[in-house]
Amino acid sequence: MFDHADPDLAGFREEAVAWIKANFPSALTGKSPTPFITDGALADSDPDYQAWLKRVVSKGWGAPTWPEEYGGGGLTQAHSVIIHEELARVGAFHPNHTYGEMMLGPTLLEYGDEVQKRRFIPPIARAEVRWCQGFSEPGAGSDLASLQTKCVDGGDHWIVTGQKIWTSGANHSHWCFCLVRTDTTTKHGGISFLLIDMSSPGIEARPIYLISGSTHFCEVFFNDVKVPKENMVGGLNKGWPIAKRLLQFERDSLASGRAEAPSLAPLAKQYLGVNALGQIADPDVRHRVVRNAMRARAYAHTMRRAALEAKTNAGVSAAVSALKNLGSDIAQERADLAVEILGHNGLGWEGDHFAAAEIEATRAWLHSRAFSIYGGSLEIQNNITAKRVLGLPG
Amino acid sequence: MAILSEEQVMLKDAASAWARDRSPIAAYRKLRNSGALQGYDSALFAEIAEMGWAGIVAPEEHGGADFGFMSMGVVLEQLGRTLTPSPLVNSSLAAVIGLRRAGSAAQQQHWLPKIAAGEAVVTIAVDEGAQHNPLAVALKAEKSRGNWLLNGEKRPVLHGMGASAVLVAARTSGAAGDVEGLTLFIVPTNAPKLSKASLAEVEQRGAAIYTFNGVELGADAIVGEVGKAASVLDHMLDCARAGLAAEMLGSASAAFDITLAYLKTRLQFGQLIGSFQALQHRAAALYGELELTRSAVEAALEALDAQSPQARELVSLAKALAGDTFKRVSGEMIQLHGGIGMTDEHDAGLFYKRARVADMSYGSAAYHRERYAALTGY
Repeated sequence: MFDHADPDLAGFREEAVAWIKANFPSALTGKSPTPFITDGALADSDPDYQAWLKRVVSKGWGAPTWPEEYGGGGLTQAHSVIIHEELARVGAFHPNHTYGEMMLGPTLLEYGDEVQKRRFIPPIARAEVRWCQGFSEPGAGSDLASLQTKCVDGGDHWIVTGQKIWTSGANHSHWCFCLVRTDTTTKHGGISFLLIDMSSPGIEARPIYLISGSTHFCEVFFNDVKVPKENMVGGLNKGWPIAKRLLQFERDSLASGRAEAPSLAPLAKQYLGVNALGQIADPDVRHRVVRNAMRARAYAHTMRRAALEAKTNAGVSAAVSALKNLGSDIAQERADLAVEILGHNGLGWEGDHFAAAEIEATRAWLHSRAFSIYGGSLEIQNNITAKRVLGLPG
Repeated sequence: MAILSEEQVMLKDAASAWARDRSPIAAYRKLRNSGALQGYDSALFAEIAEMGWAGIVAPEEHGGADFGFMSMGVVLEQLGRTLTPSPLVNSSLAAVIGLRRAGSAAQQQHWLPKIAAGEAVVTIAVDEGAQHNPLAVALKAEKSRGNWLLNGEKRPVLHGMGASAVLVAARTSGAAGDVEGLTLFIVPTNAPKLSKASLAEVEQRGAAIYTFNGVELGADAIVGEVGKAASVLDHMLDCARAGLAAEMLGSASAAFDITLAYLKTRLQFGQLIGSFQALQHRAAALYGELELTRSAVEAALEALDAQSPQARELVSLAKALAGDTFKRVSGEMIQLHGGIGMTDEHDAGLFYKRARVADMSYGSAAYHRERYAALTGY
């Protein structure tokens, strides 16, 4: 799109293509970045992933659009879109799409004080520090602002007591960005935004096993955890607007995270056979696969359009909520189709009788149910779209 | 919205204002009620031409603006918002592109300035059966004493009642279904032995049956090469499909906006119905579908402008999504309005009927999913 008009960008694209070709480890082709992002142990133990992460970071693409003075690449959104497009084209992925890069970094750039920015942002761009998000609580899921984790003034520090849940990767994270209650007399106005070192005494992270067999979610318990005063972002009781902004970044990244996936056609032809015309033999599966692929393509064009619009009209559009739902719907349908195509071979849990790719598809299918729950459920996103975008009455 | 050039923004604003002021939905309703067979208002089409919109994709040397497909799409979307009937998709897109690509210098010189000025409406006649299928053309053109004799029937010919000429896809060799053997002819609709009959469809937009009963044409009526018209036809149809998809996007968006306004004003159980979560979620879902459709339509128009090798599949993507979305939004328009939406007096029915006719025209959503599948290896 913009390439035709801007020779610099066209040149950048050529450069990006060549660099990705030379540096992306072929063993990672077609793999999903999600397990690496959510499972620190897996990320640390995979040499290909580690090599790829290191190369991307030294290229300056760890956080391509952040200002250079905070360790970013200083590139424009258009450059970033090109990087992601070219990664997707060869089945590659950006290895630093961590919670720090997706959510905390952009939030700190807007709300952090200078000391916080210089201390916390560069290590995220360099992929040195792993962050988790301490927002949800057992009694406060979609109604996030009803959170109860207590934070009281302990003189020269804060004292945090309470419990968080669904904290992705907490057991492998170095730090946690956390919402805490600093005033119990008011709901939204009594929340503060705190950065907590996960090695502080009094913190315990327990993994939760999910239907997919994955364990990346945790319960986190805080027992009188001491947190330095300077780790509060935005000031006492000023956490809610910061949290809302961060959630926009989260929806944004969740919406953009699933670009066009590789075609299911080869898999379907392999498992279901082909008809006389060389098409997927089962007509019903074929039609549904095509329909899903078409929606995925339109979705990829929508993401591209949204990125272009963001470049011209400053500000983040609330329409991101609608995109998150479309993206999760398309991705869930795709995961369902993949398992359907594999038949009973798509129901394997473990063992040598199933190919690794088959078990991966099974787990991905089970995991995909989470797409419409995390980051604000499908229903919450629809509420946001209805009220903020469409202006429907409360 | 795509990132539009300054000229395109002006075009959009002008088309939007014109449609609102000169061609509101009430104007279409009035035309429909009048029973006029032509299917569009000549005076309004003269205004459209006056503003240059009939010549947007025509070359400058033949009186056009050569502004490209995205610009045409911008105008069609705005006209679609008020259900404005016009032969633009057939004449100013499909016929112009067919003539630009395959017409002789004499044909271009004769027809293009007239189309661009709105003096001539040239439609295209492809389908012969209930389902769109260009290769199934069976209408026969046979050589006879140096001339060509055309025999057969075309149905439906969109805007056939108002057209002054028609680009006819005929079979000069082979059998229905063959890629080879298709030939395009340009025929004035007052040619002897060509008869038009009005097709009274659910929305009256001048669709016709053309019967060729030994219509005799000279070699100068052939557009392009004898027997080799398939690829020209495919491209002409793609231009029509992309333009129609843009128009459908505009209509679907307007149907949605009208529905949304109703949700914000209609009271039931002492509350605005738009405050009910069940309805809010349906509105949010429709909004998402409209966003996907807009992206697909703009991608198709852009690909046509860039002469991208992916243009064909992107056009099918756009037409399929536009068909599905418009049908869904207009169906929901009736449902969310309740009983009033079922009355002829309300506009919901006009959108609902338009959605179905537009979807069927030049390939339904199902047709274009099949085509997309074939083009992309499913």
